[in-house]
Amino acid sequence: MTVADVTRATAPRSRMRGAKLTRYLWGYLFISPWIVGFLIFTAYPMVYSAIISFTAFDLLTPPRFIGADNFGRMIGDDLFYIALGNTAFYTFISVPLQIILALAMAVALNQKLQGINIFRTLFYLPTVTPAVASVVLFVYMFNFKFGFFNWALSWFFIPGVNWLGDPNWVKPAFIIMSLWSVGPQMVIFLAGLQSVPVTLIEAASIDGAGPLRRFWHVTIPMITPVIFFNLVIGVIGSFQVFTVAYIATSGGPVNATLFYVLWIFQNAFQYFKMGYAATVAWVLLAIILIFTLIQFYVARRWVYYEGATK
Amino acid sequence: MAPATANDTDLLVTITHKRTRSANVRTSIVKVMDYWMLILIAAVSSIPLLWMLTTSLKQDGREFRFPPELIPNPATLRPYIDVWPETGLHVFFLNSVLVTVLATIGTVITCSMVAYGFARIDFPGKNVLFILMLSTMMLPAIVTLVPTFVLFRVLGWIDTPMPLIVPYWFGGGAFYIFLVRQFMLQLPVELDEAALADGASYFRIYWNILLPLSGPALATVAIFSTVAHWNEFLAPLIFLNSEKWRTIALALRNFLVDSTAFAAVPRWNLLMASGVVMLIPILVLFFAAQKYFVRGIALTGLTGK
Repeated sequence: MTVADVTRATAPRSRMRGAKLTRYLWGYLFISPWIVGFLIFTAYPMVYSAIISFTAFDLLTPPRFIGADNFGRMIGDDLFYIALGNTAFYTFISVPLQIILALAMAVALNQKLQGINIFRTLFYLPTVTPAVASVVLFVYMFNFKFGFFNWALSWFFIPGVNWLGDPNWVKPAFIIMSLWSVGPQMVIFLAGLQSVPVTLIEAASIDGAGPLRRFWHVTIPMITPVIFFNLVIGVIGSFQVFTVAYIATSGGPVNATLFYVLWIFQNAFQYFKMGYAATVAWVLLAIILIFTLIQFYVARRWVYYEGATK
Repeated sequence: MAPATANDTDLLVTITHKRTRSANVRTSIVKVMDYWMLILIAAVSSIPLLWMLTTSLKQDGREFRFPPELIPNPATLRPYIDVWPETGLHVFFLNSVLVTVLATIGTVITCSMVAYGFARIDFPGKNVLFILMLSTMMLPAIVTLVPTFVLFRVLGWIDTPMPLIVPYWFGGGAFYIFLVRQFMLQLPVELDEAALADGASYFRIYWNILLPLSGPALATVAIFSTVAHWNEFLAPLIFLNSEKWRTIALALRNFLVDSTAFAAVPRWNLLMASGVVMLIPILVLFFAAQKYFVRGIALTGLTGK
């Protein structure tokens, strides 16, 4: 029982009940925009999507119930495995690289130096650049004939490659693009680094640990929760990669950038297979959920929470 | 015993001195290395935006030269003049402004209400609803996209700006509600209690006390929301067909595709100029309100712990 409860208990019972009821009503009233929005734009679409995933539905004629056929078709669909493989490849390479880069940038920023704010702004700038603008920009920079990247390679006498036209090079090109805007991860790391107790680092320093050992044995363990957070959010986001592939390559060349969400999009809005699109979208949700749960399970081995007993 | 202690102390002092000096040297080496590291990263991460800028200042045809001209010679503002009639960019720009402003107003108003309800009023089922709300953040947009499209089609909203605005008048999204709630939780409860004792209604507490105090959090939400709606691509792509309400993000992509299809080679100087035009409002906002950007991310990011 809290103090407030005690005070209220001394008031006459009916008045107390009235006040409580008023409070409840106001509470529901205030959150009602979200409740209504949730019902219309989340709950209803999810139920609807679950239902049409058992149908053949082309938008023009009413949905026709076909049981689990969509799922069976997905199992036999080569494009499902291609899309999943592409997305997994992209995610498992780009997310760790993003995290390493973001951490390096945060460490560089985490010094009391003059003009550090200017650097922070510069590092964050790519992140506020509209995705469409940056994709169009990178399409130009990755151009086979006159793009920046092949020009930069030519300084080192390395022959250029057809970045967006070669199935072997298009994924690396996309990964490079993804490394350009790691601003949010960087800022989260920076906040994490600043919350590492100075006393711990000083203690390690007195014990004779150099900067590298302090970083590896004190800082890194202390920020494992932040690394974990960035990893989970990064994987969830990366599994939904769409815009870059849609604009830059439309999934090509030879399906090398057919990512999962792009594949769903094509099924729904280009082939009008709404039922099939709904089915494979649910499978994506399940896949993301499984990967997130695996990460939480593995996290028990490497994430250190201060104050938690092992 | 006594002299020995004195010697020990002397020895200790010398060691500490030595250590501090070597530590100082080490710190300054670290500092210099750090500056170089910062400059290197800044240079690499600035290249693309500089590339966009210089290309947008090139004369027609010069953007195809190899090796590329680093500094356009002659530099011209021509692409910035040509791009408007060439692409109808002004219409799309204003469409984006309209959608962004209306969606952001809805987000700020309704998310502050919902956040207040979750942060300051106790009612049955609050925790369950709050967790439900948080879990919607994990839901990929693509899962609800098909039914939402069908819904808007039934409502006759396809090819209107409604789908890009109306859904944001219902709390604006879990992320923003969460951010403002976290902020409101930090404000002293005594404010509400005193006002309640004076007979103020919950609405007055929200309107006269909590809302004015939540300025910084609401500013963060307004900025994030503005950037998100300005940059949004998937929703306009699906819900808009004709040119009438096309947003600038969609227009930029269409410009790329169309110019590739019809002219065989995209006019990169014009494309880059439209990119710069799209980026300018965001840049202005970013520089004007930088601290809210960073604080917002840190506020929500760290609570992931």
